[in-house]
Amino acid sequence: MGNGDISPLTAVLPELGLLALAAIILVLDLFWDRKARANLGWVTAGGLLLVAVLSVFMAQPPETPTLIWGGMLRLDGASFVFRMIFLAGAAITALMVSENQRLSAQGEFYALMLVSTLGMSLMASAADLVMLYLAIETTSIPLYILSGFLLRDQKSVEAGLKYLLYGAMTSAVMLYGFSLLYGFTGTTQIYDIAAGFSGQNGLPAVYPAAVIGAMLLVLVGFGFKVSAAPFHFWAPDVYEGAPTAVAGFLSTASKAAGFVVLMRVLSAAFSDQALVWSGVVAALSIGSMVVGNFLALAQKNIKRLLAYSSIAQAGYMLIGVAAAGAGGESLPYTATTYYLLAYLATNLAAFGVVAAVSRLTGSEQIADYRGLNQRAPGLSLALAVAVLSLGGIPPFAGFFGKVVVFASGIQAGLTWLVIIGILNAVVGLYYYLTVLRVVYQRAEEVEGETPLAIPAAWKTAAVLSAAGIVAIGVLFLPWYNLSMQAASSLLTFR
Amino acid sequence: MNLSNNPLLWVTFLPLAGALLVALLPDARRSWIRWTAMAAALATFAASLWLLAGFDPSSGQMQMVIQVPWLRVAGISIDFALGVDGITLLMVLLTAFLVPLAMLSAWSGVRERVKGFMILFLLLETGLIGVFLALDLVLFYIFWEFTLVPMYFLIGLWGYSRRIYAALKFFIFTMFGSLLMLLAIIFMGLQAGTFNYTDLLAQRELFAGAQLWLFFAFALAFAIKVPMFPLHTWLPDAHVEAPTAGSVILAGIMLKMGAYGFLRYNLPLFPEATLRAAPWLAGLAVVGILYGAATAFAQKDAKRLVAYSSVSHLGFVMLGIFALTQQSVAGGVLQMVNHGLSTGALFLVVGMLYERRHTRDMAAYGGIWKVVPVLGALMLAVVLSSAALPGTNGFVGEFTILLGSFGAPALGTPWFAGLATVGVILAAVYLLHLYERLFLGPLTHEENRQMPDLNLREVLILVPILVMVFWIGLYPQPFLDLINPSVETLLQSVLPAAVAMH
Repeated sequence: MGNGDISPLTAVLPELGLLALAAIILVLDLFWDRKARANLGWVTAGGLLLVAVLSVFMAQPPETPTLIWGGMLRLDGASFVFRMIFLAGAAITALMVSENQRLSAQGEFYALMLVSTLGMSLMASAADLVMLYLAIETTSIPLYILSGFLLRDQKSVEAGLKYLLYGAMTSAVMLYGFSLLYGFTGTTQIYDIAAGFSGQNGLPAVYPAAVIGAMLLVLVGFGFKVSAAPFHFWAPDVYEGAPTAVAGFLSTASKAAGFVVLMRVLSAAFSDQALVWSGVVAALSIGSMVVGNFLALAQKNIKRLLAYSSIAQAGYMLIGVAAAGAGGESLPYTATTYYLLAYLATNLAAFGVVAAVSRLTGSEQIADYRGLNQRAPGLSLALAVAVLSLGGIPPFAGFFGKVVVFASGIQAGLTWLVIIGILNAVVGLYYYLTVLRVVYQRAEEVEGETPLAIPAAWKTAAVLSAAGIVAIGVLFLPWYNLSMQAASSLLTFR
Repeated sequence: MNLSNNPLLWVTFLPLAGALLVALLPDARRSWIRWTAMAAALATFAASLWLLAGFDPSSGQMQMVIQVPWLRVAGISIDFALGVDGITLLMVLLTAFLVPLAMLSAWSGVRERVKGFMILFLLLETGLIGVFLALDLVLFYIFWEFTLVPMYFLIGLWGYSRRIYAALKFFIFTMFGSLLMLLAIIFMGLQAGTFNYTDLLAQRELFAGAQLWLFFAFALAFAIKVPMFPLHTWLPDAHVEAPTAGSVILAGIMLKMGAYGFLRYNLPLFPEATLRAAPWLAGLAVVGILYGAATAFAQKDAKRLVAYSSVSHLGFVMLGIFALTQQSVAGGVLQMVNHGLSTGALFLVVGMLYERRHTRDMAAYGGIWKVVPVLGALMLAVVLSSAALPGTNGFVGEFTILLGSFGAPALGTPWFAGLATVGVILAAVYLLHLYERLFLGPLTHEENRQMPDLNLREVLILVPILVMVFWIGLYPQPFLDLINPSVETLLQSVLPAAVAMH
């Protein structure tokens, strides 16, 4: 960990870096010709890498969690780890986008993505309801535009609008919840709210039922961000219609941002209602796993399949959150954070391959993946690794993620929830294996197909994320320790 | 502790190293790929003999133990821990012995994507050996699951017409059982604060309260793998659709993972539950023996017949294990080896026939003894060994099991063994039926007249197995000497709990 006194400016170095990078991209977009603009993806990815490296060296969080900027932001292990997750996710997405003629030559695409990442960074460190709301909107609004970015593609526009309508609706409900919290406690500081409920802020104590009502309203917004059932309806349509790279970004970085906010707010503001939200989150978890897995079985479009799969994966992660409420100390949040790390690499790999294949073959139907192995062995291997990791097969990251999440559930006494999770994992395996089977179908069954030419940027993205899947799994400890650092800071309230 | 001198590491990771080496070779150089893979498999076999040479057969304890901390979850260390006792050693030897032979059988059978095949085969070998050697429950689970992936691809890519259905069924069935076992493993680890097998064994009182449930979770995973009636339905499909080399490994080794799991984990970790469940599991084993035999007899497809014979034969192994006497368990372990040899050889022979005629339908053969006398003679030896004729390995194994379970106190009645004996007769019936349909009688199909006899490579595959068949059949003592001390140690940790219960 870094030194104790960190200056307010270096503390927000990742955010400043993102802002500067977005500005640079917009300027380059103005002055570069169309051909040179194709390299914007590399510039973005390189810039993000630079920001990440600088942050690791200069913006390490202080030993004890510290509030800065008048209590708006909180510097701690969780904010740092999650900001790095977002930077990594954005960098890989940028690589996936470059070489895609419809997106890559447009600087606005990268700039919007960077602004959204900036919003996520602020979500990870927000310690004040006002800041949190602003951060969520800063994240969401660029994502609405990015989902509908392909203006000539009706599905994409539809996706953008759908996402906007759902997002606006849930955001309004959540904001109503925030306003109630402020009304009850007289503070917007997340870490003072719990005390406010019991009347320590000079206002009368609040009825428990009212607190729970406000909490449920807030959960609607968070549930939307992590795409947990029953707030998942937008996900399949948006994933299908949005540019594939954006769908990948939505399903990883945006989901991770939702999770860090969920964990922070529930533990800090609703510490006295832990058993209640544990139950609610467990219900969301079961709903997500069941809906995600069973509806994924019927999908013919790979992006829709991955959308339902990502709903199911959110369900597994929610087991960790539920376990935290049931009294699991620091293991549950460690597990959820580790799972998110594993999932980031895994799902980016999956979406990266899907993006590449759909650009090269023009199809997103699972049936058209037949014999992909012969045409693009490298991409197929990356997809196989990703799919096996999603299915929780050792030695890939997803397996260790499931082990720690299940362990946290068992430790917190939620064995029944873990059993439901396990049964769901078996169902999930079925459709993951179906994808694998199609990809590796045998030679004589594919006719006259030529090998696909894969651009360097896509190769880099696929290799990086597939290597991440193996590294996060096999070299378990550093990632686990990082997650533990994040988890313990989420549970340190002062 | 100098790890590089430990044969356990070599025997586990030589196949993996071989797989990586093969991955670097160019796709088109098929013979390089084949010979590199074969060299890796033979080196592994050599390492397993080195392991045997360094093993002290007089002790039933875990030997050459490696223990290196690997992961930490919730403050509990997950170790990279390996160790070997007599039972493990035999399983490792069997694996290292069968893999090169199975690989040799794929020499001409697998012409497409040789590289992928060999890589998967070697990965599978690492997984299998890891399952037997692991002394940490999480590590064990990782190896256990890891074996599924290469086998899924071996069946799904190189199998026969219904391979995709079979591969999927195989994977989902096994995974279902395994995941509940994972739950049990995590539960025990959190209760006892360790995932190390030896430590868990010492502290088994800590989770004794839940031991019926834990026993059930482990037993489900293993019973699917064995497979025990009525969880066997994945087996005929997977065995029949797998390529020959895959069937050999499936029947010869992967089924043993289940039986080994019962021995290594269920019995010593949950002794009271074991005693309570023993009559039930022995009952299922006997049902499996009779059901497998009856179903085998009804098959028209030679490979399916052999597949069902596995259900029957593994029933003997399970009966031996759950009779819980020194003799029956030792017989069970020996029979695990025997089944690997005999059934492996049966699959090899059926595969050789298939390569010649491209059908497994028994009606397409008949009377081919005169055309392929060498194949006929070798097949006869294999069939007799599988039917447990005295002088072959199968006799020693099954006889020891039956003898050991007749008066077994854990079962309480000789009926289990009595009914199982009927299975021995039935085995002779369906196996001789198989032989008669294929080789004896008049030559009814003209196209069979041109069938070539075995070539040198094929003879070389079968002869080592037959040497082992007769060695165990005529002079089993060296094998029993390896088995007995370990079984004694094992039962000593189960039976005191029995006394406490009664």
